[in-house]
Amino acid sequence: MNVNWFKYASPASFLPLASRLARGFAAAAVVLGIAGLAIGLVIAPTDATQGDAYRIIFIHVPAAWMAMLIYVVMAGWSALALGYNTRLSAMMAQALAPTGASMAFLALWTGAFWGRPTWGTYWAWDARMTSTLILLFLYLGVIALRAAIDEPRRADRACAVLALVGVVNVPIIYFSVQWWNTLHQGSSVSLTAAPTMAMTMLAGMLVMTLALWCYCIGVVLWRVQAIIVEREEGAAWMARRVPA
Amino acid sequence: MTDEVTARDPQAIGAALRWALARDLAIAVRTRGELGVELLFFVLVASLFPLTLAPDPALLRTLAPGVLWVAALLASLLALPRLFAADFASGTLAAIALSPRPLAALVSGKMAAHWLTTGLPVVVLAPLIALAYRAEAADIAVLVAGLALGTPILSMLGAIGAALTLGARGGGGLLALLVLPLYVPVLIFGAGAVGAVQAGLGGAPHLALLAAGLLAAAVGAPLATSAAVRIALE
Repeated sequence: MNVNWFKYASPASFLPLASRLARGFAAAAVVLGIAGLAIGLVIAPTDATQGDAYRIIFIHVPAAWMAMLIYVVMAGWSALALGYNTRLSAMMAQALAPTGASMAFLALWTGAFWGRPTWGTYWAWDARMTSTLILLFLYLGVIALRAAIDEPRRADRACAVLALVGVVNVPIIYFSVQWWNTLHQGSSVSLTAAPTMAMTMLAGMLVMTLALWCYCIGVVLWRVQAIIVEREEGAAWMARRVPA
Repeated sequence: MTDEVTARDPQAIGAALRWALARDLAIAVRTRGELGVELLFFVLVASLFPLTLAPDPALLRTLAPGVLWVAALLASLLALPRLFAADFASGTLAAIALSPRPLAALVSGKMAAHWLTTGLPVVVLAPLIALAYRAEAADIAVLVAGLALGTPILSMLGAIGAALTLGARGGGGLLALLVLPLYVPVLIFGAGAVGAVQAGLGGAPHLALLAAGLLAAAVGAPLATSAAVRIALE
């Protein structure tokens, strides 16, 4: 089979595809979000020990997962950008950084509001909280470095190197902080053991995770369209597309 | 193809590393004033903490490893712009990058010079500051061992950030934002080694992890830094 893997590597052919996909994922995010919130806030039972405060889990845990995942995805696009020198890969990495940062921030913010009623404090120097905070700083570093370099192509490559250095460090930071201090409750969800939560709670969380996946993909594709239009301004294909 | 052969020759790599090291050390010796300022900064930061907290011996003893590590980290950070910025501004860095010798070896020499001029003096001075913090001999020994293993990692990770921010706006603040999160594991294991000794557990596991980090950084950091230098020179 002869597949042209690079067909959509060109911003010109990717822009219409991104526009279609972004709409689809945005619609899916709305539907899944409503379903997930309905399960989480209405159908799922009240927790025996944490009362209704636990319900923030439906946004907290998916956001924390997305924050970690997006960094890896961003590093993957960065590796492609350095390896193949493709403009679009770097634009994808650029589009992912703000969404990743907002997910890390959301995880910290909802965590603080969850910690107050259950632990009695908004913030503890706990391993997972601290490593998420550092992850947020890593995102902000990538965003700040891009903002500080004027030529976009040079910023692409510098940010790609930084993202790759960061992704090597993320597991090291995670485990070093974990050995340093742990107050956080252990994971309730794992692939190898039966979950320690009610099925409806698990279902709500998984639906919300899917909703956040769709939201992130949709919003990143939305942002990448803006980046393409901004950076390809003056390119011949853009001039044909948008008659002056 | 002869260039390729020379570039992979261990002797050529060694020669490139020694040349860059000797050059940066010579520059450092001729601008001694800057070195003195960085060391003074280390001592000054470490002596600010007892002034802002109560000079209670038990409190100071528990604070000593953390304060000394943060002070060492800040001193290392303060000296980072010196690594590439002047050579970049004068065009020397572009000439260095044109050399047929491997750039990773040349930047390794610069990293080694950075550590010898900022890390090593901190390692040597640390016992004195630790004594002022009423630390005990066993704590000081493991603190110095940790600093000796950890400060080279700071220089190497810092070199990546220094090279990435060449020609970028934002200067020192941006460099700190890029580099400080990457320093976290070094800080945790370095200060953790002393904490473990104080708790009677022994600091060997922490020091072993620092040594592993040093080896990993010695392999990866020169490659990342040379890539960053080439990007800055594009």
